Amino acid sequence: MQSRREAMQWLGALLFGCGLATSERAQAASGAEAAFAAGTLARVLEALGATPTADATHLTMTVPGFVENGAIVPVEVASHLDGPQSIYIISESNPYPLIAHMSFPDGTEPFIATRIKVAQSCNLYAVVNAGGQVYTAVAPTRVSVGGCGA
Amino acid sequence: MPDPIRIRAQLKDGITEVHVLMPHPMETGMRQDDAGQFVAAHFITDVQVRIAGREVLSATLGRGVSADPLLHFRLKGAAAGERISVAWVDSRGERRSDESVILAA
Repeated sequence: MQSRREAMQWLGALLFGCGLATSERAQAASGAEAAFAAGTLARVLEALGATPTADATHLTMTVPGFVENGAIVPVEVASHLDGPQSIYIISESNPYPLIAHMSFPDGTEPFIATRIKVAQSCNLYAVVNAGGQVYTAVAPTRVSVGGCGA
Repeated sequence: MPDPIRIRAQLKDGITEVHVLMPHPMETGMRQDDAGQFVAAHFITDVQVRIAGREVLSATLGRGVSADPLLHFRLKGAAAGERISVAWVDSRGERRSDESVILAA
């Protein structure tokens, strides 16, 4: 009986180890992919390694305070950091909150203006990843007609 | 075949302002047509912008970007007359790329 228990413990440890190893590898391979597939803000931020704490000194996000049509919400994100970096745009209320990811090589200013769909009044987030450091900006917007059915 | 990408690149005081408009339906998969049927998801997933062959912006888009995606950005180190090209791929594997020339403002 003793040897069987030992064998089971060993097998359990082995399986546990395998599971851990594969999930780690999967995470590393598909950080951005996982973030695009994520269904909640918390999951997106987790996949990007970001916190929901706003930081107004390193980046600014400009969105209209009120928009009639949630299908076309103009968004501007400008980072004040140097070097190559990437910007992520996130809408908290959308079924797929991560909306877009832009990467800026050296020479391109870390600034992007685009238009997004917003499901309902909520906070919009911008996440900047510069040299491994992650910064977040938050801006609230109100929409009268949601943009998801559009 | 989708409509051509509209590209405007203007150089002024060393900074090139780039506006890119890519005609595309950007269907989320959550919109219902008049008969109440869901319209299949169909959206641009990847965009690459190059000037004289070197990459100046790459973007990954989700379904949350508005129809006819618009990208406006700025860059340094480009010269008037250089060729700017924009290429996209969508969720069905369709592709489109177009070119323009940087103009002096």
